[in-house]
Amino acid sequence: MLSRSLFALTRGASIAVRGVATAAVDPIGEPVHKLKVTTIPGDGVGPELIYLVQEIVKSTGIPLEFEELFLSDIHWNRSESIEKAVESISRNNNVALKGAIQEAFVLQTEGDLLGLNMRLRKRLDLFANVCHIKTIPGIKTRHGKELDFVIIREQTEGEYSALEHELVPGVIECLKISTRPKIERIAKFAFDYATKHGRKKVIAVHKANIMKLGDGLFLKVCQETAKLYPRIEFDQMIIDNTCMQLVSRPEQFDVMVMPNLYGNIIDNLAAGLVGGAGVVPAESVGSDFVIFEPGSRHAFHAALGRQIANPTAMILCAANMLNHLHLDTYGNALRQAVYDVVKEGKVRTQDFGGYAKSTEFADRVVDKFKI
Amino acid sequence: MLTRGVRQSIAYGRQLSSEATRRVTLIPGDGIGPEISKAVQEIFEAAKVPISWEPVDVTPVKGRDGIFRIPQRCIDLMHETKVGLKGPLETPIGKGHRSLNLAVRKEFNLYANVRPCRSLVGHKTLYDNVDVVTIRENTEGEYSGIEHEVSPGIMQSIKLITQEASHRVAKYAFEYAKQNGRKLVTVVHKANIMRMSDGLFLNCCREVANDYPEIKFKEAYLDTVCLNMVQDPSQYDVLVMPNLYGDILSDLCAGLIGGLGVTPSGNIGEGAAVFESVHGTAPDIAGQDKANPTALLLSSVLMLRYMELNRYADRIEKACFDAIADGSHKTGDLGGTGTCTSFTRDICARVKDLD
Repeated sequence: MLSRSLFALTRGASIAVRGVATAAVDPIGEPVHKLKVTTIPGDGVGPELIYLVQEIVKSTGIPLEFEELFLSDIHWNRSESIEKAVESISRNNNVALKGAIQEAFVLQTEGDLLGLNMRLRKRLDLFANVCHIKTIPGIKTRHGKELDFVIIREQTEGEYSALEHELVPGVIECLKISTRPKIERIAKFAFDYATKHGRKKVIAVHKANIMKLGDGLFLKVCQETAKLYPRIEFDQMIIDNTCMQLVSRPEQFDVMVMPNLYGNIIDNLAAGLVGGAGVVPAESVGSDFVIFEPGSRHAFHAALGRQIANPTAMILCAANMLNHLHLDTYGNALRQAVYDVVKEGKVRTQDFGGYAKSTEFADRVVDKFKI
Repeated sequence: MLTRGVRQSIAYGRQLSSEATRRVTLIPGDGIGPEISKAVQEIFEAAKVPISWEPVDVTPVKGRDGIFRIPQRCIDLMHETKVGLKGPLETPIGKGHRSLNLAVRKEFNLYANVRPCRSLVGHKTLYDNVDVVTIRENTEGEYSGIEHEVSPGIMQSIKLITQEASHRVAKYAFEYAKQNGRKLVTVVHKANIMRMSDGLFLNCCREVANDYPEIKFKEAYLDTVCLNMVQDPSQYDVLVMPNLYGDILSDLCAGLIGGLGVTPSGNIGEGAAVFESVHGTAPDIAGQDKANPTALLLSSVLMLRYMELNRYADRIEKACFDAIADGSHKTGDLGGTGTCTSFTRDICARVKDLD
């Protein structure tokens, strides 16, 4: 099962892609078979951003087709079921492109504490979230250093287990669950990732000095796993110190692996270091499925309908998805186009002090797209 | 019952506002602790603060039952003085006795941890507009220490949130904001995931906020705060949150202004308070006159404000900030060439000038 997860990124796709392998190398000429993927627009600016990706795909001739699936906690009566979502993703190369689904404050199903995001992740067993923090040339940052590190987050257990109860009125217990098999899986994933991508060092982030059993187990399993990978350096760091190090010397990190809640914190903090929620892509990986979604998962309701959201993260997600589907030529070209637009700095969205609309940014990406 | 403790701790400061000399327990600590404690004492003397120090040794002693404990003298003294200032202590790892922090925290129910983080002029970091105060619930939450192995390989850690403790810390946060002229209190939570526990904390803060119409109240997700904090820290003022989030955010904020060496900290309880520097003992430079007393000094300023000796607090704080801004005597860790002694002398001179 563990080795399966390692190849999850490539397996499902390679079967489906075989027919177009030559087309990817030589895009002009023969009509190309289009690959189908599921899109889950989500809430907030998600639908706008996914629409922009679809427009770019249409205008540039990237051989992708989309099947849209509406999932929402807020508009729960309009939402498709999780089962439908699983069916759709299984049908479409086991891949989806997803916007942020906003967790509703009050869930409609009584007694259920689990939000839609969590249910989807659990149902598809998307145990690892991989967030690649990389400075994009052209984006000014405070530290001015070139960052390139990867945050790997366990996302099926821990604090997000949704096991809570009221012991007596006014006293609430919330359970954090840590299990050995899941920690082994995420630790192995992290080291495999480091091996595959030629990275040197894995740091486990924890709070084992306080949560001696729960985080203690996480740390112990990571240490055990590290012994199996003698070529990769291993270190550990306490979560609060990690945050302090990230704001003072972020360049020291390479691959980081951590439990659920800490991942949520570090993902967002690190995104803030390289330009914010609008520019960092991520992917949720399981042994069978992969979902590509922006790293900080903010629905950004304040921007709804105003065309001010930065589509960089979503377009980079799409580019990563193309690479995953073995459409490398297209994926690399799309990524390069986005980098070019950012570097050029003429079309800037509000978060980078510009006045351009999201649509103008997307149009510029189409202009820059070269294959 | 719920708010009695808070009122007590707040009213407590007021009864000290007379100019009569007050006693304060001083725990110099290990490593660089004695040097920086001495520096603080000198500066207090120069400022003629009406405080008499009661130094106490907290080396654990073996009790009749064979267990090492904090000396009873320390606990007794704290009961008398109600206010303590503490230098860094060597963390006893695996020594089998409760740490001083834990002992004092339990004894006096120190429920709130306060850390004001303010950018220092003269100590350049990537962020120059930080002025936030993190207030952290300190008795329960993720750090309740209740954990067990359900079955082999399956661990269950319990995060405990109670209405009483949440209400108490929320109340303290708003009182702090009011007393220190702060405008905005933001509650940091994760109630979209931990709906019941963080939901309870959030609701308590909302209830308390109703009693303080003059202070703006905002709610924010922990992840959003982290994201915004590293991009634009100026949008936050006072932050109040459960234990773990507070631990993480207070260190993050300390990182923004240049580390734990310049960050003060206070632990507020029901009727007693301990102020401390949260940096390490730095055994490598101990006794070499290289240590930076800023964190302990700013903690003592926090202490003076708690005792409502604001006049002295303002003067010492200004002298300290001025000394760092001027920079001619600042210590090595701040990029200067001064020693602990010369830096202290510089601050003393400035305090006297402000008279």
